[in-house]
Amino acid sequence: MDLFLQQIVSGFATGGIYACMALSVVMIYQAIHHLNFAQGEMATFSTFIAWQLLAWGLPYFAVIPLAIGLSFIGGFVVERVVFKPIENAPVLSHIVIFIALFAIFNSAMGFIWDFSIKPVPSAFGEGPLYEGSLLSKHQTGMIAVTMLVLVLLWAFFRFTRVGLAMRAAAANPQSARLVGIRVSFMTALGWGMASAIGAVAGILIAPVVFLEPNMMLSILLYGFAGAVLGGLTSPLGAVIGGFIVGIVENLAGTYIPVVGGELKLPIALFLIVVVLVVKPEGLLGRRVVQRV
Amino acid sequence: MLTRRTSLIAAAATALAFAAGPGSAETVVGVTDTSIKIGNIMPYSGPASAYGQIGGTIEKYFEMVNANGGVNGRMIEFITYDDAYSPPKTVEQARKLVESDEVALIFQPLGTPPNSAIHKYMNAKKVPQLFVATGATKWGDPENYPWTMGWQPNYQTEAKIYARYILDNMPNAKIGILYQNDDYGKDYLKGFRDGLGDKTSMIVAEMPYEVADPTVDSQIISLKASGADVFFNITTPKFAAQAIKKAHEIGWTPTQFLNNVSSSVGSVLTPAGLEASTGIITAGYQMDPTDPQFADHPEMVAWRKFMDEFHKDGDKTSNFTAYGYAAAATLEQVLKQAGDNLSRENIMKEAANLRQVRIPLLLPGVTISTSPTDFYPIESMRLQRFNGTTYEFFGDVIAAESS
Amino acid sequence: MATSETYAAGAAAAPKPFITAERVVYLLLFVGLVALPFFSKGFFVFQVTKLLIYAIAILGLNLLTGINGQFSLGHGAFYAVGAYTTAIMVEMMGVNYMLTLPVAGLICFVFGFLFGLPALRLDGIYLALATFALAIAMPQLLKLSPIEHLTGGVQGVIVFSETFDPDVPFGLPFDPGTWTYLFTLFVGVFLFWLARNIVASRTGRAMMAIRDNPIAARSMGVNVALYKTLAFGLSALFTGIAGALSAIAVKFVAPDSFTFALSIVLLVGLVVGGVGWLPGALIGATFIVFVPNFAEEISKGLSGAFFGFFLILVIYLAPQGAGGLLRAGVGRVKRLLASR
Repeated sequence: MDLFLQQIVSGFATGGIYACMALSVVMIYQAIHHLNFAQGEMATFSTFIAWQLLAWGLPYFAVIPLAIGLSFIGGFVVERVVFKPIENAPVLSHIVIFIALFAIFNSAMGFIWDFSIKPVPSAFGEGPLYEGSLLSKHQTGMIAVTMLVLVLLWAFFRFTRVGLAMRAAAANPQSARLVGIRVSFMTALGWGMASAIGAVAGILIAPVVFLEPNMMLSILLYGFAGAVLGGLTSPLGAVIGGFIVGIVENLAGTYIPVVGGELKLPIALFLIVVVLVVKPEGLLGRRVVQRV
Repeated sequence: MLTRRTSLIAAAATALAFAAGPGSAETVVGVTDTSIKIGNIMPYSGPASAYGQIGGTIEKYFEMVNANGGVNGRMIEFITYDDAYSPPKTVEQARKLVESDEVALIFQPLGTPPNSAIHKYMNAKKVPQLFVATGATKWGDPENYPWTMGWQPNYQTEAKIYARYILDNMPNAKIGILYQNDDYGKDYLKGFRDGLGDKTSMIVAEMPYEVADPTVDSQIISLKASGADVFFNITTPKFAAQAIKKAHEIGWTPTQFLNNVSSSVGSVLTPAGLEASTGIITAGYQMDPTDPQFADHPEMVAWRKFMDEFHKDGDKTSNFTAYGYAAAATLEQVLKQAGDNLSRENIMKEAANLRQVRIPLLLPGVTISTSPTDFYPIESMRLQRFNGTTYEFFGDVIAAESS
Repeated sequence: MATSETYAAGAAAAPKPFITAERVVYLLLFVGLVALPFFSKGFFVFQVTKLLIYAIAILGLNLLTGINGQFSLGHGAFYAVGAYTTAIMVEMMGVNYMLTLPVAGLICFVFGFLFGLPALRLDGIYLALATFALAIAMPQLLKLSPIEHLTGGVQGVIVFSETFDPDVPFGLPFDPGTWTYLFTLFVGVFLFWLARNIVASRTGRAMMAIRDNPIAARSMGVNVALYKTLAFGLSALFTGIAGALSAIAVKFVAPDSFTFALSIVLLVGLVVGGVGWLPGALIGATFIVFVPNFAEEISKGLSGAFFGFFLILVIYLAPQGAGGLLRAGVGRVKRLLASR
């Protein structure tokens, strides 16, 4: 029983990592209605920038906003430079461009910072939250920040004109254009925001898993899984989805005999596919009605 | 010293001479009077790209050798390709090296699955697959695979050393194991179980993890819950650092045994936290570049000079750059011994003819020995314990018998 | 999905003359490929063997994506199943390698068909995630301890461990490398012919109707569920046979050979070649075999970055892949001729 609770707490903490990334996934989905495979690499790149700034001796409180701001600009620029020219290409061509971006970022990071692991200091201090706690100070802080980003994101889409315009632009570009929304600009803005959130996620995750170019390789997949499970249109759903994935994965690994430990990830993915088959829009997502 | 141009002309001339001359019984490929062509395959991209540093270091080492006049007057032409740790790609690259580049041998190809993929091929083609960069036990089988030879101590031998130590010093231990669920992890596990013999019941928990797992937190918590007071950590650097850090965070303080793969102070223990790492026991065969006790060792001084002059971008805190240097030095030794007879047969013969050779950067007391029946070059290790700043040796050099 | 309509248009075309430009090109290509091993080094022959194998796998993916309009980011999994089927049959059961191909194809067909059932409920991104999950899970499934005695676990299986090479049948005067190549080529030509016939058949038309408008297709009486799962099965069959051939050519299978990167590479090949244009598979395969090597030659440390750069370049120049480019080119020539 003790182990059971511990695994749930630990799954919750790991789920926090996935939830962070899932938010970034939802953000980009809101903007372009796709999953961006290069998102993890872009977040890692942002984290490397933060790490490099720290290594150059800048103070922590200055580095974080700087890294997030640079990531925002970076995401914006990537959309303008890489995707604008092929706006009208088929979906699969876009996916291939994501793959290309993935290769470029991954390879560039390895070239600049090499592949050895790097410790990233935490803003919340080292060590457990209290004596004997399974959650470290950092993990607690990470979950708190995730919640904060969630609230901000929700408020952004709900209460700001830009947020509303962005949703409109993604949901129905033609109508949005008719009411005077600059659809293409909104897309770029969405990219910028997604990579800014990615930077937050990367900086939060790195102290737990250590920074290296392949850091996000599997975390992004879990982030996808969490976001899809919760519903790609719902930030809250994505965060809940992330936590569920973390917990399910831990319990499967601990309690399913023989194959559990070897198949943590496949079991978690299998459950997600089952959920999707029953409820294709995800737990909290909206059903998209297709016109013929 | 020859200039590049004259050496090229000479190379062309000898190539012609070879083409025209009578064929000898032994196959001399990739060798001219002025050059030796050596191939290599490394994961410069993909999931195992951290190891790519080894290939980079070897390349620079041979640049240094060439700058100093080469081996017996021959310049080493080092050709290294990327296989991204994917076995089918390894086959393609090996065939490119052997059939298109026509190298004399393939040196230090990295990883068990990639080497397994070309094992048969290299032996069928009778091309040396020399000093492979993996510690699997199967590389020392001269009877069936006379063209393949390992280099580092094999995983099973190392695991047996830990098992022996635990049996001798902590007979009532309850052992928890974290291992990477692949060939390397399983090899260690097997060696460890064999080493415990009929005492395998001392193992109270075995937790696998996948390279794709983001963290090993869940496994560490299960291991703690199992009540283990000895922790055998069979993990690659990133996961080793995570495991050490997590165990410390949740207040689990077993006696920790860490596999040699991740024993680097600079790239594992420091990131994990020096306090968390204190007390870790590992078996070593190579000097750690960041260990203060070796700072003034002449070989370490020479290595740093090499890094400054030839490998400026290289990581001076990493064990991999030291590893590549030592491995390359071993090949240099073999080529020197082979003299002017650089047929593939003779290269293998000399590789199997190393007697107590001292290779730079190995631990004091560790040497390399091979024979026609012993294809395990490094077989001795020393147990060492990390005291928070440096490794302290305890006990003697352990010469474990392989196979 | 808005893909090409090459075959939709082609299916209704009037009977053509026997000698067409297309047929001449195919014939020349075939003759060139048959002659290749007699003029080049063994290593290059191996590379082209690999290219043909990838082309077959991409052909399979194209049946699913290009013809039926379903995504898959997990075709590496079917490739792996095919490869392991052949490896296990040859090594453990001593079956002749040539006989293992139909078995591998059949097993993959069943596997693909079954996977297609839940996939029916999933669309677009959700299907992409489900198939991607399959690709991620496959290496872990292959090394599962309960089936280790068959799959060799993490160590994989060495194929032809006794003889080293596949034996050349009927005493044909080829070395094993050349024979493997020719064998792959003939299997590839047969499968290509098969794919073309499937596409032109009633089944193929039903699949394309579903791609272009599922609801209209249903209202015309097409059994959407059947044809979608059938497309998955057929696609897996082709890709599985490619996997089986790869086991014969590489002579080694291991979980590390079939990571999700393989599925990604197949997708890249599909898009570069042109979604919906079957011969594009050959162009896509050429890209994924040779461009990474070329990128590596430019820079070892930045090979990935150069590969990505070339990929972006290709998509800029041909957003619809080589197939789209060709269509545009042919269209322009026709217009030019017509304006005379």
